[in-house]
Amino acid sequence: MKRRDFVKKAAVSSFATLIGTELVFGSQMIDGYVPLALQDPDPFKLFNKHKDMVVLNDKPWNIEAQAHLLDDKMTPNSCMFIRNNGLVPEGIDPKTWTLTIDGESVKNKKAYTLSDLKSKFEQHTYQLTLECGGNGRAEFDPPAKGNQWTIGAVHCASWTGVRLRDVLEDAGIKSDAVYIGYHAVDKHLSMDPKKEPISRGCPMSKAMQDETLLAFKMNGDDIPLIHGYPLRLVAGGWPASVSGKWINRISIRNKVHDGTKMTGTAYRVPCEPVAPGEKVKDEDMCIIESMPVKSLITYPKTGAIIKNGKPLNIRGHAWAGELEVGKMEYSIDFGSTWSICPIEKPVNRLAWQHFSATVDFPKSGYYEVWARATDTNGIAQPMLLPGWNPKGYLNNACHRIAVKVI
Amino acid sequence: MSNDEKVFRAQVRKVYRLLMLLFVLFVITGGGLMYYMANPDIFDFMSKSKTVTLEPVEVDEDRIENGIHVRTGLVDAEGLMTVVNNCTNCHSSKLVTQNRMNAERWNATIKWMQETQNLWDLGRNQEVIVNYLVTNYPPIAKGRRMILTDIDWYEFED
Repeated sequence: MKRRDFVKKAAVSSFATLIGTELVFGSQMIDGYVPLALQDPDPFKLFNKHKDMVVLNDKPWNIEAQAHLLDDKMTPNSCMFIRNNGLVPEGIDPKTWTLTIDGESVKNKKAYTLSDLKSKFEQHTYQLTLECGGNGRAEFDPPAKGNQWTIGAVHCASWTGVRLRDVLEDAGIKSDAVYIGYHAVDKHLSMDPKKEPISRGCPMSKAMQDETLLAFKMNGDDIPLIHGYPLRLVAGGWPASVSGKWINRISIRNKVHDGTKMTGTAYRVPCEPVAPGEKVKDEDMCIIESMPVKSLITYPKTGAIIKNGKPLNIRGHAWAGELEVGKMEYSIDFGSTWSICPIEKPVNRLAWQHFSATVDFPKSGYYEVWARATDTNGIAQPMLLPGWNPKGYLNNACHRIAVKVI
Repeated sequence: MSNDEKVFRAQVRKVYRLLMLLFVLFVITGGGLMYYMANPDIFDFMSKSKTVTLEPVEVDEDRIENGIHVRTGLVDAEGLMTVVNNCTNCHSSKLVTQNRMNAERWNATIKWMQETQNLWDLGRNQEVIVNYLVTNYPPIAKGRRMILTDIDWYEFED
């Protein structure tokens, strides 16, 4: 087969997966002709994303925000990062969709339709902070493998659904239950039907929290396809990979779930600190649970030029995984001095909190405004990169914006 | 010369002519087949006229502009097409160019993809691919914190 013919066939078959149907006469497609939908696979239109969102990867789709896009108290879809491990599922029919609860530690294996879930269980709405475990990976040295997220893989949207706890209890939980693991309908990049792109989960204690939802609404509407339509597990404060999309099965396990990206080095950090670049054995890597304390200055956008003598109003959000942010500070002299600024209480547990300050600059020149949050256990964000780890997770170093006073 | 010998010689000549004829036929058919293998479109008169009419819109999928392979965004350098053909089928080239590693870590990454992601045996191409990556996308030293770069300065109005 000529290479170009091969490429053409490959393009046709990937096009078929994209639009979810076989291209009739695809192999007879004229040389040089690219199907309309492939000519411009514009993710911004496809997923209704803001034009300033940054595409890190288009197969699978991985798109992040920039700090100034996250200024809203509740993140709109247009500015929510996308992290996919596999291919976006197609042909979802909410009428026939079912969620099965199974596993070694379920009392009665049970399946629920979406309308079962909506009618049988009480519905709840929470704003929940979801941050990718690898947010900030781009800064690690030596570099860590994977999508090079900078700061934009975090959002706090409003999620409506039923409590996972209520559904698990309805099916019945055996006393030896340890963990839950989710399964979803997205396809592996290799198209191997036996492979799951991702199947993660959390300990029973997290699964049973009030705020851990099986969500069918995001910001008041159906969840957009790219964010998990029709059903998403949402576990705020933990790596966003726990919040599985397109969920059709949850297994109650009698051991730590061993699905794809639960084992090896995925979403794990060294159990004990290591030197940058050090090799770490798989058995010395521990699963990430709560995300660390972190904050973002979302206003103004970095690069502001202001007039000397004029104060600058800044604002942003701070979050602390399972905890709350207890203190918020900013510095304009690279950490020599810090000023405390007010931080609001979260609207509910696991929602990010908002801060604002009015900053005065003593004279003209180049400045950076650095923000530092401290959690209720007294743990603060580092100004430098936190402990190096092989996969580049948990970078919660202080965010900063550049300001010029003239 | 005996009569037997004459007959024999005549038969030999006959056989020789026949063999020559067969050989010539073989060469013509064989050559024709070889030509057809190399030019499978020779009898496809329909598609030939199509090619002529569509020539102006044909775009080279592997065209290079300003040293960049347009379709993938990869740098045009030794090993480019080996990387394109082996590393951009399952995932985007963006995943390749985002990651900067040394040869040891690329080899480990390839091994991981073979063990878990259905990547095929790359054979001798593996060296070509890894050389291309470490030469064109070497790791950048970042230290414990980088300075802010590429700042898009703007007049701020509150």
